[in-house]
Amino acid sequence: MKLDRIRNFSIVAHIDHGKSTLADRILEVTETLTPREMREQVLDTMELERERGITIKAQAVRVAWKGHQLNLIDTPGHVDFTYEVSRALQACEGALLLVDAAQGIQAQTLANAYLALENHLDIVPVVNKIDLPQADPAAVAAELADLVGEDPERVLRISAKSGEGVADILDAIVERISAPEGDPDAPARALIFDSSYDQYRGVVAFVRVVDGRFRTREDLRAMAAGTRFEAEELGFFSPVRSPTDTLEAGEVGYVVTGLKDVSRLRVGDTLTSARHGATDPLPGYKEVKPTVFAGLYPTDSDDYPELRDALEKLKLNDASLFYEPETSQALGFGFRCGFLGLLHMEIVRERLEREFDLDLLVTAPNVAYRVFTQAGAEVEVHSPADMPPEFERVEEPYIRATTIVPKEYVGTLMELNNERRGRFDHMEYLSEERVMLSYDLPLAEIVYDYYDQLKSRTKGYASFDYDVIGFEEGNLVRVDILLAGEPVDALSLIVHRDGAYGRGRALVERLRKEIPRQMFDVPVQAAIGSRVIARETIKARRKDVLAKCYGGDVTRKRKLLERQKKGKKRMKQVGSVEVPQEAFLAVLNLDGDKR
Amino acid sequence: MSGAVRHLYVHLPFCSSRCGYCDFVTLVGRREDHGRYVDALLTELELEHGLLADGVETVFVGGGTPTFTDPAELGRLLASLPAAQEVTVEANPETVTPELATLLRAGGVTRVSLGAQSFEPRLLDVLDRRARPEDVRRAFYHLRDASFDNISLDLIYGIPGQEPADLDRDLDEALALRPEHLSCYELEAKPGTRFTYEHGEELKRQAESMEGYFELVVDTLIAAGYRWYETANFCRDGHRSRHNLAYWLGRDYLGLGIGAVSTVEGLRWQNAPALPRYLAALEAGEEPPRELEPLAAATRVQERLMLGLRLDEEVPFSEVEAAVDLDALARLESLRLVERRGGGLALTHRGRFLGGGVTADLLAEIPANDYN
Repeated sequence: MKLDRIRNFSIVAHIDHGKSTLADRILEVTETLTPREMREQVLDTMELERERGITIKAQAVRVAWKGHQLNLIDTPGHVDFTYEVSRALQACEGALLLVDAAQGIQAQTLANAYLALENHLDIVPVVNKIDLPQADPAAVAAELADLVGEDPERVLRISAKSGEGVADILDAIVERISAPEGDPDAPARALIFDSSYDQYRGVVAFVRVVDGRFRTREDLRAMAAGTRFEAEELGFFSPVRSPTDTLEAGEVGYVVTGLKDVSRLRVGDTLTSARHGATDPLPGYKEVKPTVFAGLYPTDSDDYPELRDALEKLKLNDASLFYEPETSQALGFGFRCGFLGLLHMEIVRERLEREFDLDLLVTAPNVAYRVFTQAGAEVEVHSPADMPPEFERVEEPYIRATTIVPKEYVGTLMELNNERRGRFDHMEYLSEERVMLSYDLPLAEIVYDYYDQLKSRTKGYASFDYDVIGFEEGNLVRVDILLAGEPVDALSLIVHRDGAYGRGRALVERLRKEIPRQMFDVPVQAAIGSRVIARETIKARRKDVLAKCYGGDVTRKRKLLERQKKGKKRMKQVGSVEVPQEAFLAVLNLDGDKR
Repeated sequence: MSGAVRHLYVHLPFCSSRCGYCDFVTLVGRREDHGRYVDALLTELELEHGLLADGVETVFVGGGTPTFTDPAELGRLLASLPAAQEVTVEANPETVTPELATLLRAGGVTRVSLGAQSFEPRLLDVLDRRARPEDVRRAFYHLRDASFDNISLDLIYGIPGQEPADLDRDLDEALALRPEHLSCYELEAKPGTRFTYEHGEELKRQAESMEGYFELVVDTLIAAGYRWYETANFCRDGHRSRHNLAYWLGRDYLGLGIGAVSTVEGLRWQNAPALPRYLAALEAGEEPPRELEPLAAATRVQERLMLGLRLDEEVPFSEVEAAVDLDALARLESLRLVERRGGGLALTHRGRFLGGGVTADLLAEIPANDYN
């Protein structure tokens, strides 16, 4: 296909603004799928994606429209996957910016729109759901036009649900989005913008060919990783895998690599021919770094091997998932996992529980810290337990948070952000009613109980997005929880000094309620170093006897004791204190509940 | 041919009415069956006679309410039981008349265990007890008049609605009678009983405030000069229950009657609790239906430990070592809940209040195939 007949585009939209429905309609209108083949939201393949209405993995679908090849590159709509979005946008020349006619621009729309603008994409603004009773297409079109610098008249107004205006979109894509640029005769180069894993055929790379031509059975090389492999199959999605002999400059498709190790082919890398290949990779390869960490432990320690296998399998389709073995004296063997954000963490956790049928204990999430020791060394700390007791200073990740709220919630939002150590950056009226606030905040403050607070304080009207902007020094302390003088590693926290007492107090009180009374008094303490900041005591039991025991009772009483013994065995031993698993669950959920 | 068993238990299941908290094998009324039942008991005794040693040390007639049994039949039974150094009969206060006391005495009974339970009418009602406080005192005096010099009183504490002052008063009333022996049980709301259905929730609510009752009982009785010789049992002047002591020391015993349990040379068996089948079998001269439980060597050591630690005297360490988790022992010693004295193992004073948990801790894991 000639370059000028190709259009590559994404749809940028907030969750629920109708991106998947629009994708469905495009498949229908272009007759890529017959209505019989049509399934609701075909692009979201995973069960979880359909349920949550979000798209986790990017996919690309090729459709034909009036002599043109259109490649729709689907993108995740959530902030945690900004990295994947930016990869996907790099594979495109244009984007549909899709906004709900009733809700208007949301923070995520903004973030992704800025991403698209930064990538110099041609933007086609679209107002969706114009048939909703509460829709205000004119106002939303004005907001959108303002955002992208377009004439409001050029903002398309459609209903993806009814199909109204979908054909106009396809025409607009051909007219307004640039054809790909590239040199069909140069050495082949393709950007890997995503990958998935097929258990029979190994890693499947999703690529956008920039220059030259790739052929089936050709030897290829990933330029950054240095990995070589044979292109076992080339093809595109329509939306099922359709093999083809070649992929040419400007086209989007997939490469079956046969590679069994997903880490050997990274998203963002450049593919080229192994022989006479390109010398310069495509720009923009950047390793994705997890920002949120938590310990994952099987509730039943016998399930450790299953958890390990499950993480391995998840990692195959999710290169951004990070994990390493971790041992907790209280929780046993588990993994310290790194995620792109809280949603990513929730998705991984749910998939582990749902697809792999595992019962998990998840420790309170924390961010990555940079610790500078007195000796001048710099260590990255992913777990409070690894925080050295003494250090010169600590840096924590900061984010630029963009929040859009109706104007009456501006004060509330500022109050929340100030409580969370936020720094005001700027504020902007998007319309008469809606205000965008930009704040810099420590990521750790978002990880703990921020979303729920934001939601409840703004009655759900706030839309929120963030970008990690760097590290800054923080007045941080490590709070340890001690049972009868023994630290419980799984419950340690890193918090700002001002929040230490409150968090410590809450944990200590909850533990006192959850841990059954023992045969001796058990002090429960929260401490910073050797300084105790909160203390409760679990009073010793005063009696625990089997009342009667005569000749007729012996067997029954013995069985009672055996049961008691088995119950004790299920407890986790912290020093001399027996702690039921449920107590840990309850305490860890203390964080979960608030989130 | 004579055996080695020196302790005999005889079960008389009949009662005038059923108390809500009771989960023993009991039968209400059935006066027409008393004679047949005693016949069956004596046939079972005849069948198992070979297990008994020549000199039987203790006999314990429990129930039920043994003293509710038709007096003529009770007398006939007592006369036919082997003579022993200690013969105990359980009695309910309302059944004890001067005539009954004399009948027991004449039947060779040396010790009576009287089910007082409480001296507070309101609480006796909660327990469905028919006897009134004055019945308890009257029964006690009738027994003394019949020259019984070894009387035990049963008390129950932790009754729904029982305030600490109520318990204090019960203990005072009991002590005023100067019994040789006291058994004090915390009320157990056993699952499935009518009592638990009616009072279970209330007991749960009270659990915290009643936590100190056990201490109150122990402190009061010790202060009154009693020896806390077993978890729930107290005596003065050396009047321990020799029969029950045999259980706690892991000796063999033979049990007769419905629901009765025997343990002889590593085999435990329990007679089926149904009266008709028991009568039918023995009237045919056959063993009653029984459930057998062979006790593995490891289980016997466990039981030796579990029972022995109920006493204030140490268990010889060599006898229980195999069942002891030595790490747990060290931990419990450092917590001052268990101590080693001489060559033995015993709970400390504080440890005895936590005997259940301490024993569970102390027991080593037993391989699964040793369980039955």
